[in-house]
Amino acid sequence: MDKEERHIFSVMVENRFGVLARVVSLFSGRGFNIDSLNVAETHDKSVSQITLVTHGNAQIIEQIYQHLNRLIDVIEVTDLSAGTHVEREIVLIKVATDDAQKRTEILQTAEVFRGRVIDMKPASIVLEVTGDEGKLEAAINIFSTYGILELARTGKIAMMRGATN
Amino acid sequence: MELSGAQILVDSLKREGVEYIFGVNGGAAMPIFDALYDENEVKLIPMRHEQGASHAADGYARATGKVGVALATSGPGATNLVTGIATAYMDSIPMVAITGQVFTDFIGSDAFQECDVIGVTRPICKHSYLIKDCEEVADVVAEAFHIASTGKQGPVIIDIAKDAQKNETLFQYPETVDIRSYKPQMHGDPAQIAKAATLIKEAKKPMLYAGGGVVLAEASEELRELTLKTQIPITVTLMGLGAFPETHPLAMEMPGMHGSCCANYAFTDADLIIAIGARFDDRVTGDLSKFAPNAKKIHIDIDASCIGKNVQVDVPIVGDAKNVLTELNKLVDTADIDPWRDQIQEWKQKYPFEYEQKGNKVMPQYVIEKIYEHYSDAIVVADVGQHQMWAAQYFKFTEPRKWLNSGGLGTMGFSLPAAIGAQLGCPDDTVVNINGDGSYIMTIQELVPAITMKLPLKIFIINNMYLGMVRQWQELFHNKRYSAVDYHDNPDFALLAQAFGATGLRVEHPEDVEPALLKAKGINDGPVVIDFIVDEEENVFPMVPAGKGLGDVIRGLS
Ligand SMILES: Cc1ncc(C[n+]2csc(CCOP(=O)(O)OP(=O)(O)O)c2C)c(N)n1
Ligand SMILES: [Mg+2]
Repeated sequence: MDKEERHIFSVMVENRFGVLARVVSLFSGRGFNIDSLNVAETHDKSVSQITLVTHGNAQIIEQIYQHLNRLIDVIEVTDLSAGTHVEREIVLIKVATDDAQKRTEILQTAEVFRGRVIDMKPASIVLEVTGDEGKLEAAINIFSTYGILELARTGKIAMMRGATN
Repeated sequence: MELSGAQILVDSLKREGVEYIFGVNGGAAMPIFDALYDENEVKLIPMRHEQGASHAADGYARATGKVGVALATSGPGATNLVTGIATAYMDSIPMVAITGQVFTDFIGSDAFQECDVIGVTRPICKHSYLIKDCEEVADVVAEAFHIASTGKQGPVIIDIAKDAQKNETLFQYPETVDIRSYKPQMHGDPAQIAKAATLIKEAKKPMLYAGGGVVLAEASEELRELTLKTQIPITVTLMGLGAFPETHPLAMEMPGMHGSCCANYAFTDADLIIAIGARFDDRVTGDLSKFAPNAKKIHIDIDASCIGKNVQVDVPIVGDAKNVLTELNKLVDTADIDPWRDQIQEWKQKYPFEYEQKGNKVMPQYVIEKIYEHYSDAIVVADVGQHQMWAAQYFKFTEPRKWLNSGGLGTMGFSLPAAIGAQLGCPDDTVVNINGDGSYIMTIQELVPAITMKLPLKIFIINNMYLGMVRQWQELFHNKRYSAVDYHDNPDFALLAQAFGATGLRVEHPEDVEPALLKAKGINDGPVVIDFIVDEEENVFPMVPAGKGLGDVIRGLS
């Protein structure tokens, strides 16, 4: 009961100004945590999807679910962790490349993670890596040994496997 | 014909059946006040402070069940409304608060009297709208009233930019409201209701625990049927008083911090708690680890997020109390629990609310008893503090919507403006305002509109010359260090009432209590203020000290 668990919520909301603020202030006002957050329009322009990663014990997760549902602008809340789902995140990593030898190594390492080079300058290289949390953590770990100059993550996006509804 | 946004707003309020709108004027709301100037259907009630306006709208809503409406200008007008909005939010009162906003082009520029009202009120309202275009006005009003008055009720804010009030368009009011993201669950799950009926059948020590949700759902009749049919003892919370008649033998009076020993012992001993529109508030449960340790719990509530928040529940039922009880009543029978009923009766006999007469002092409880004797049918609007608890203990409520108080937020200053709203909403009822000397002076300015409108309010001040409830805690837990609670420097409230233009009486002796109350009965061309100078250091008992379990209640006497 008291075990903390990580949960991913997919929150479909009306695509209006102020809606994200309502969702976020619900978390800050009640002392719930947000580990990662991603917001974007869906294929239906009137609907935005918020993908939100949080953690807490079962009672807190239930409260988060109920409070999200209670917001007037929230159309649907799904706790993706309750079923089988896929999740992805993109990270952009800028790594220092002082010499050709190091650059070759970095490019080889990027291969392993199926990373793509999206910019290359004499002293640095920007890589894009996509994956789930474990893969990204592993990639970041390795690249940090070469010296990470800058790093940006999208936050997770996720969906249920199989047909919905 | 094209109408201004302000006129459309007023016409929309008419479509919603609004009778009164309580407000204070100011720059960013002037077009709305202008539209109300020669309006007869929606009557504008000018209050003296925006807090008063929001409490008056709230009092109107509590007394009538209809949506109360408050109106203020931008910036300071809006921030003055905030306390009243939060008060309504905590008690789930249907309200629409309208605030003027600066011109759209100025929003975000720190313009004169600009305030992000949507931001400020976000955590204390059910929903909010910022209108920048007059085209939106009619639809927003319709949605706001729908949201405020359905599901778990609550305040909705409409912040409307001044240009949206002035610009013109055609008025078209929506016939129906359909919000795809808002579908309150009104009916309980039949399987869960059946489970509840089974638990009720099996229980040996069941008790009903009903709260303000029963009043809000207009489910008192259904609650009465459930209680009478099952003959299960019932406690009704501070917010629900009157939902079941307190004079009935099965009634245990209110539970909690200053509740009856009987109700608190019953919680501690019960094997089944049937909670209806009550939320296991900390003032009711005391220390949660000691709360109802042996009881299974059925929880009926319109708000799913309320269930399981404070206590673990065995049978959650999300739905409107009226609907759920109607279904549940079909499945239950008289409970076979005679020994339990006898136990309850024994506690009831043994531990009634009681107090000791000190010398020739006017005891506050005595004043309440006498108010009850002479005004038993009245709508009672209490403020916050000891007097509120004594009123809840010694006045016996037999009908819903006759007891109004700020239970959730505990807002001092609530009662006088709320009484104004209640009196306007229920012109044929007598409205009694039981106030404290500290609370009264927080919104005393609202005596002015009450006098102007000749409202026959009975304003009874239980004057102990202290912020009594705080003083009681200081006496018990802070070595009598009476920091910032001494109110002996207050003005003479009887004289002050006269200066305002009301009748003002002062009562200092027990034998003068009844004659004054009778005299007040005869004065109906305006408010009467009676300043009852009561024993200064009387305490409210029973008392469950904060952090203690209900079983550790201090009974007070002997
Ligand atoms: C606006 C506000 N400020 C402070 C409090 C804290 N408080 C609770 S009861 C109370 C004393 C109320 O005094 P009074 O109205 O004289 O009532 P009494 O307890 O003396 O009957 C105070 C200060 C509050 N509830 N509301
Ligand atoms: Mg006092």
